[in-house]
Amino acid sequence: MHEKEKDLISAFLRGEVDRRGMLKGLGAMGVTAGAAGTLLNMMSTRAMAADFDWKKHSGKTVKLLLNKHPYADAMIANLQSFKDLTGIDVKYDVFPEDVYFDKVTAALSSGSTEYDAFMTGAYMTWTYGPAGWITDLKEWINDPEKTNPNYAWDDFLPGVKNSCAWNGQPGGALGSDDAKQWCIPWAFEQNNITYNKAMFDKAGVAVPKNLDDMISVAAKLQKDVGGIYGIGVRGSRSWATIHPGFLSAYSNFNEKDLNVTDGKLSAAMGTAGSKAFHAKWVQMIQESGPKDWSTYTWYQVGTDLGAGASAMIFDADCLGYFMNGGDNKMAGQLSYAAFTANPDATASTPNIWIWSLAMSNFSKDKDATWYFLQWATGPEHAIFGATKMDFVDPVRQSVWKDEAFRTKLDKYPGYVDMFDASAAGASIKFTPQPLFFDVTTEWAATLQKMVAKEVPVDEGLDQLVESIDRQLKEAGLG
Amino acid sequence: MASTATLRKPASGFRISRRMLPYVLSLPALLVCIGILIPFFTAVIYSFQRYRLSQPWARQFNWGENYLNFFTDPAFWNTLKVSLLYAGITVTLELLLGLGIALLLQRRSTVNNFISIMLLLPLMIAPALAALMWKLMTNPSFGILSYLASLIGLHDFRWASSPSTALLTVVLVDIWVYTPFIMILLLAGLRSLPTQPFEAAALDGVPRTFVFFRITLPMLTPYILTATLFRLLDSIQQFDIIYAMTQGGPGNTLTVFQVEAYLNFFQSTNVGRSAALMVILWAITYLLSNIFIKNWLRLRERARGEA
Repeated sequence: MHEKEKDLISAFLRGEVDRRGMLKGLGAMGVTAGAAGTLLNMMSTRAMAADFDWKKHSGKTVKLLLNKHPYADAMIANLQSFKDLTGIDVKYDVFPEDVYFDKVTAALSSGSTEYDAFMTGAYMTWTYGPAGWITDLKEWINDPEKTNPNYAWDDFLPGVKNSCAWNGQPGGALGSDDAKQWCIPWAFEQNNITYNKAMFDKAGVAVPKNLDDMISVAAKLQKDVGGIYGIGVRGSRSWATIHPGFLSAYSNFNEKDLNVTDGKLSAAMGTAGSKAFHAKWVQMIQESGPKDWSTYTWYQVGTDLGAGASAMIFDADCLGYFMNGGDNKMAGQLSYAAFTANPDATASTPNIWIWSLAMSNFSKDKDATWYFLQWATGPEHAIFGATKMDFVDPVRQSVWKDEAFRTKLDKYPGYVDMFDASAAGASIKFTPQPLFFDVTTEWAATLQKMVAKEVPVDEGLDQLVESIDRQLKEAGLG
Repeated sequence: MASTATLRKPASGFRISRRMLPYVLSLPALLVCIGILIPFFTAVIYSFQRYRLSQPWARQFNWGENYLNFFTDPAFWNTLKVSLLYAGITVTLELLLGLGIALLLQRRSTVNNFISIMLLLPLMIAPALAALMWKLMTNPSFGILSYLASLIGLHDFRWASSPSTALLTVVLVDIWVYTPFIMILLLAGLRSLPTQPFEAAALDGVPRTFVFFRITLPMLTPYILTATLFRLLDSIQQFDIIYAMTQGGPGNTLTVFQVEAYLNFFQSTNVGRSAALMVILWAITYLLSNIFIKNWLRLRERARGEA
């Protein structure tokens, strides 16, 4: 490599030149974009190796349990650079999401030493952590002997980082001083609106500004566009129905899932505000949701939007991102917007799902596993995933400031603005506690009954509150 | 006498007493049983514990509390009701259909043999895949069955997504998958019946309905009981079709034992409650098996007596 090119990349790695400047400079030297990427990776690896003994665990092997997901794909695509950097071999098993978490539960509950690290969501750590299946990673993060100086723990978005830390006390605040870092965020999802602009134009409607507006806009879209339904939201009998759009809008009205009083928990869905919200949500689905809403997972919500069967979704922003590309019929026709459900609220406060990496407590070599974790959640891989692969939404602030990444998102109209508008309020809105899946699954089942008109909203929520309180008491939490 | 002598003094010099012989002979079976009994008794022990994986510090024996809680838990009574209803409806309908088809195919011919093989195809498909296939066929937007329903005036028929039709939908899938099983068992039974009573009835000009109810059905009863027992045990433990199509919903419409126990273990990590549910399901299947086997033995004894 010529010295001039080396110098330019080194200047970029030191933060003296931005990415755009570096690429422009390399272009002027006759280096193609592909070659520039390779050079950058090579130089990054060298720069990382210069400051830290990455070869300390050379010759060891780490095994991962992965969910089939673009984030896992991005990691696998860049895995060779980790192997080159550390000399650690990495093996992995990839499972589809339908069975993935059962596999994780089975592996961890049996105390299996097969896997050293695995993908997880923060909600799952509320079970895995207290059960003693995963390791508190603070010990590693705070140890300069084990963590490379460029790791930049403070670079993580605070709301996201804190959402992965819990002190294990039912109802304890996420990210508190005594919290344990159960997992490291990898990439996350904010729940906002992705919409089909052509359909909105045809119906002559603007992006909804609050929940009432969303109800009427969805109804008008369904009526005026024809052959579609107005809004896609999840509806299966699962916790996954509660956490995206539903909880994002619910918490925007300052409503909660549970009350915490003197360390005791009780259901909080029975308030007048909660009942009013539920009534509106149910009305929206009945009027403008998919006909078989009660079977809808993220997959159906996304594919309907991508196929032009729905006009908008209130779900994970990255789901809208993926539907805007590939072979989808509506590829290139989707736009994005932050959504503030409460007309009295000043900003969007989306609940988030965080794909994270956790370390198994049964790992045979935790230090080598931490080497993998710090690389996979480190700034270099984050930039690689965000700019070369589909690593949306990254959890590092530096990546969001990266010009090349922001430029890449230009072909997704409104995506960056949406992120900027809601990132500050983005965090997990659930109360962390061990009965998370009991509460949310029953909540989803109650919503299904309400939408099917099996039970009126008020009565359904009263029954839900009674049942949740009983279960909390049985578990010694209420 | 020679064999007794061999037993007393085997060539190797190893002696097995007469008293021990039955135990030694049944040892392989006992070893197999251990593989089943250990998990079974472990589940029984768990069912008497307050045991959540997410609260390991709270694990303790609560003896019958998990079971007592069921009495005041509407979700449990719903599970019991739905499970029995599902099993009752599917087995009854499959039995009627299976018997009808078997009667139609009773006569041996190339066409009948071909049709009976073709009818077995649904049985070759994994039930979870069959459920996904039906999920697509019943999709209100593009499903072929939704289209056909609309032709007969059933517009916006919600299939598995409506509480009023969810049970019907999963029952249809179950019937599609498992009716061939009953059909093939009963067809084998019909074809193995002695021909003399039927020939005598034909010579006497006995009406067909009389022949069916007084000759065919009584002689076929052991086969019917066997088929019913197998299907009943299977359908009361149904999981894959229901979970793949509805995850137990909408609401709690289809939270049968296996779905409820699965969700309790894998999602809620409530091992104690999940184990208690499975023990109750075991008790129900044990009771049903006993009833059927006793009746089957009674019928066999009667048949021997008549012979």
